Amino acid sequence: MSGSGTAILPGRRGLFGGLWDLFWRRPNLLLFLMLLPPVLWLGIIYLGALFALLAQSFFSIDEFSGLVRYELTLKTYGELLRPSNFDIIVRTVTMAALVTVAAAVVAFPIAYYAARYARGKWKALFYLGVMLPLWSSYLVKIYAWKLILAKEGILNWVFAKLHLTWLLDGLLAIPIIGGNSLSISYIGTFLVFLYVWLPFMILPLQAALERVPATLTEASSDLGAAPAQTLRHVILPLALPGMIAGSIFTFSLTLGDYIIPQIIGTSRLFIGQAVYAQQGTAGNIPLAAAFTVVPIVIMGVYLWLAKRQGAFDAL
Amino acid sequence: MTTAVRFSRVSRHFGNVRAVDAVDLQVAAGEFFAMLGPSGSGKTTCLRLIAGFEQPTAGHIEIFGETAEGVPPYRRNVNTVFQDYALFPHLNVLDNVAYSLMVQGVAMPDRHRAAEQALDLVQLPGYGPRRPGQLSGGQRQRVALARALVNRPKVLLLDEPLGALDLRLREQMQEELKALQKSLAITFVFVTHDQGEALSMADRVAVFDQGRIIQVGSPEDIYQRPNTRFVAEFVGSSNVLPPAFVQARWGRDAWASLRPEAVTVGRGDGIQARLISRAYLGANTRLALEAEGLRLSAMVPTGQPLPADGDTVTVSWAPEAVHFMTGEE
Repeated sequence: MSGSGTAILPGRRGLFGGLWDLFWRRPNLLLFLMLLPPVLWLGIIYLGALFALLAQSFFSIDEFSGLVRYELTLKTYGELLRPSNFDIIVRTVTMAALVTVAAAVVAFPIAYYAARYARGKWKALFYLGVMLPLWSSYLVKIYAWKLILAKEGILNWVFAKLHLTWLLDGLLAIPIIGGNSLSISYIGTFLVFLYVWLPFMILPLQAALERVPATLTEASSDLGAAPAQTLRHVILPLALPGMIAGSIFTFSLTLGDYIIPQIIGTSRLFIGQAVYAQQGTAGNIPLAAAFTVVPIVIMGVYLWLAKRQGAFDAL
Repeated sequence: MTTAVRFSRVSRHFGNVRAVDAVDLQVAAGEFFAMLGPSGSGKTTCLRLIAGFEQPTAGHIEIFGETAEGVPPYRRNVNTVFQDYALFPHLNVLDNVAYSLMVQGVAMPDRHRAAEQALDLVQLPGYGPRRPGQLSGGQRQRVALARALVNRPKVLLLDEPLGALDLRLREQMQEELKALQKSLAITFVFVTHDQGEALSMADRVAVFDQGRIIQVGSPEDIYQRPNTRFVAEFVGSSNVLPPAFVQARWGRDAWASLRPEAVTVGRGDGIQARLISRAYLGANTRLALEAEGLRLSAMVPTGQPLPADGDTVTVSWAPEAVHFMTGEE
C-alpha cells in the first residue's frame, strides 16, 4: 500500500488548488466574479450612456442662442408632434412594419426547409448562405444595391430583356412608393432593408422551428388536419416566439438605421437620419434624444402586446 | 367477420434497409391486436403504414376494405397514440383533446363537450384547463388517449404507449386499456417490445423480427407453441433444445422449446444438471442450470427449497411440455 498516486483523497495540486477548492465550496462567489465584468460593462457603459442620452430629451434648446437649457420640460416631446417631425415617425414605423412582415414571409419557407429537411452539408450550406452576406461590409452591399436598382442598373436591364419594362414602369408609377427609378423610391429602400435584415429573421425562426418536434405535425395530420391547418394551428403558434425574436431585430434595426434611406430612396427623412441631423449639424441634442426614445417606446409597446397575445407561452 | 386492416405482401424499404419485408397481415374488426418484436423489427413501421405516415414500397394495404395507399393521414379514420404522446404544448388539455373536432369545424361548445366526455372516459375529469406541461407522464398518456378517441376512430393505433410509465402505472393502464377496448369495441393495434404486455392485453399477437412476421396467434399459441427459436426465446425466454438433444430423447429431428416453469428441479429421476446461478424474482426464483452442455433455465416458486450454487440436481419435465418447433428448418 505505498505510493501517493493511489491515495483515496489526494491533496491539492498546483498553484491555484486552494482557490478552486474555495470556488467549489462557494459557487456563488465564482458566479459573482464571472458576472462582475459584463454587469459593469452593460450597466455603466452601455445602459448608463443610453440613459444619459434619454435624460437629454427632457431638456430643451434655446431657440435664440442655440444652447441647451438644463431644465426639465416636455417641450421637446411636443416638438415631435409637429407635422414635419411626426411624418418622419409615421414613415419610419410604416417602413419598419412592412419590412418585418415581408421578412417573416420570405424567411419562413427558408427557415422551415433548414429546420426540417436540411441535413449535413445542406445545413452547412444554409448557414453559409444566410451568414455570408453578414460578413461583407454593410456599406459595400448598400452601394452595390444602389447600382443594381439604378436606372442604368442590372435590374432594369433584365426587365428590358424580358420585355417587362412596362411592369417596372407601372410599379414606379404608383404614387408615393414609386419614383423615377427604383434606387430613388421607397420600393428601393424597402427592398434593401429587406435584404440587409433578412438573416436576422431567418436564424431565430429556424431555431424556433427546429424545436418543434416532428411528431407534433404527424399528430396534427393524424387527427385530421390538412397541411394548411397544421401550419396554422400547430407550426405557426409554436414558431411564434422565434418570429417575434426575429421581428425585434428587423423592426428595431429598421427603426434606427440612417444609412440605407440616405443612400437609397427619396430625400425624405427617417428617424435615424433625423437623429443624425439633429445631433450633428442642427446641434439640437434634446430633439435627437427625443427621437431616440420613439423606437424604444414602440418596441416596448410591441413586446408588451406580443406577451399579452401569448406569443411567449410556448417558450 | 370484417377485416379492419389487411396487408398483402407489404414492403417498406429505406434504401437498403428492409424495415418491412413482404408482410401479410389481417386484423379483425373489434380485435385487440398486438405487434411484438425487438426494436428495429418493423413493428412501428407497420403501424406508421396503417396511420399513413409511411407509404409502402410494394404491396397493398386495405383499411375496412378501402385501399389505403396514397391516402394521406388526415383523410384516414385512424388515430394514433404516440410513444412520446405528442401533445400540443401551446394548447390546454381540453383544446388538445378537441383538436380533431376543431379542424373538422365543430363549433366550440359542442367540441368542448365531446372533449370533456373523452376526458371522463380516461378518468381525467376537470383537467381541461391545464397545460400538458403541468401533467405527470401517466396523465399525459391519458390525454393522448382521450385525444385519439374523441373522434371515435375505426382503428386506434398505439405506439408503445406505456413505455415511459413506471411499473405500477403500466399495469394499471394495461387493465384500463383492455377494458376501454372492450367497451368501445374499437379495433386496437398495439405496438410493444414487452412480451408480458402483449400477452396480457391482446386477443392476438404478431411476433416481428427483421421486417417479417414470424408468427401470428393467440397469446397461448405464441407462448406455449412458438414455431421458431426466435419466438421461443423472445417471448418469455424459453429453453431451446437443439435437434441432437431432441433426437436422443424423442427420436425427432427438430428444435424444441421448453418453458422454464415446466422444468422440475429435484433429486429423483431425470437429467443431471449443475446449478450455475439463481435470480430471485419475488414470486419465483429463476435457476440457471447446465445439463449435458446445455444451458437450461427453470422457475421455482418461492417457498420451495433451493439448491445451492454449484450443487448437482436432477431436472425433469412432463413430456407434453416439450413443443417441437415446425417453423425452424
